[in-house]
Amino acid sequence: MSIKHSLLVMLQQQQRYGFELREEFERSTGATWPLNIGQVYTTLDRLERDGLVKDMGTDEAGHRYYEITDTGCQEARDWFNTPVAPSTPPRNELAIKLALALSTPGVDTGAVIQTQRLATIQTMQGYVRARREADRENKAEDLSWRFVLESLIYSAEAELKWLDHCEAKMSSMARASRSNAPRETTPSQPPTQAKRTNTATLEETR
Amino acid sequence: MRQILELASVTKTYGSGDTTVAALRDVSFGVEAGEFVAVMGPSGSGKSSLLALAGGLDMASHGEVYIQDTPLSSLGLAELARIRRRAVGYVFQDFNLIPTLTAVENAALPLELEGWKPSKAHRVARNALRQVGIEHLADRFMDQLSGGQQQRVAIARAIIGERSLILADEPTGALDSVTGNGVLEVLRERADAGAAVVMVTHEPRHAAWADRVVFLKDGRIVDQSSVQGDPNSLLVTG
Repeated sequence: MSIKHSLLVMLQQQQRYGFELREEFERSTGATWPLNIGQVYTTLDRLERDGLVKDMGTDEAGHRYYEITDTGCQEARDWFNTPVAPSTPPRNELAIKLALALSTPGVDTGAVIQTQRLATIQTMQGYVRARREADRENKAEDLSWRFVLESLIYSAEAELKWLDHCEAKMSSMARASRSNAPRETTPSQPPTQAKRTNTATLEETR
Repeated sequence: MRQILELASVTKTYGSGDTTVAALRDVSFGVEAGEFVAVMGPSGSGKSSLLALAGGLDMASHGEVYIQDTPLSSLGLAELARIRRRAVGYVFQDFNLIPTLTAVENAALPLELEGWKPSKAHRVARNALRQVGIEHLADRFMDQLSGGQQQRVAIARAIIGERSLILADEPTGALDSVTGNGVLEVLRERADAGAAVVMVTHEPRHAAWADRVVFLKDGRIVDQSSVQGDPNSLLVTG
């Protein structure tokens, strides 16, 4: 998350002081990503050092106001005009967990998927309920907040669809594995202990 | 809360002998008045069979289905048809509306089948259309309505006569996301007004409108979720 650019964008509208910037940021994003006031002041110091904002002094109440510079305005415009770079994929604990479950004997990957599915749908139910409550309170007029909330809903949905995909893939592999298995063992080939795969484990637990 | 629908150890099989297929296996669950339940599961998991049994469109091979405490297996065909007309409303993915009838005539159909005078049935149907926000389209034919508007007519037909159980099979499947949300809003409002709503869907985003999500797999209920705690507590990630 770019605190630097978020602060610049809010300063484009008017001069503001640190606490006010934090309040405005949290109002716009529904307090989904709360900002530490220390982060705000540290970032403002850096922006001033880089010539992107100017310190306009303090008012009678002791609020130190900042104003965006022309360079800062250009930086904010560039931010909007540049897509968010898909840099290194963030570490996804769930993907790592499933990958390890598949390769770990004795772990029921199907159960791991279902446990996650249940938790994610419950989280999603909470998001949808929060959106409906906001609608009732007319918070829906605040489009910024609604966009943030719906981003969480769509992300949760993507995770659930990915879980469905993983489960379907495991089922089809288990079916293929069964259909390719030899029907009977010849006397010259004594039965060896069946290699227990995770897909087989999943099928057995159904 | 009063239980409107109950499935008690319900098994449904099709075919016989070696070709027997179990669509539902020993399924038990209930839905109370005012509750919105979504049913999810992969293709072939038994979702549509569950909905057909819940609405008395099909009968259980074993176990019992109760609607408002009435065991459906105890009813004759005429009584079963009556409970379907009076207590149960269906909403289908492809709407199942009659193209040669107007919106109000489609919505009024269940009451007219009950023997109501058309004028009275139409008055009540207009009220149902008002509840779903399309009273101004009452005199339009189906080809004069958008998909979302047609689905609202179908919901009006499903709720007319204050039916206590609404069963919806992929009701948003043919709609875009904004229109689909409008349909979900109507179903949610019906539940909030006291109806028991059961919706089959494969879309998690739509299932999340429900109070409870039931997961089916291979004809069995494998899990159930419900909304827990303060939803706003989910929105702060720290």
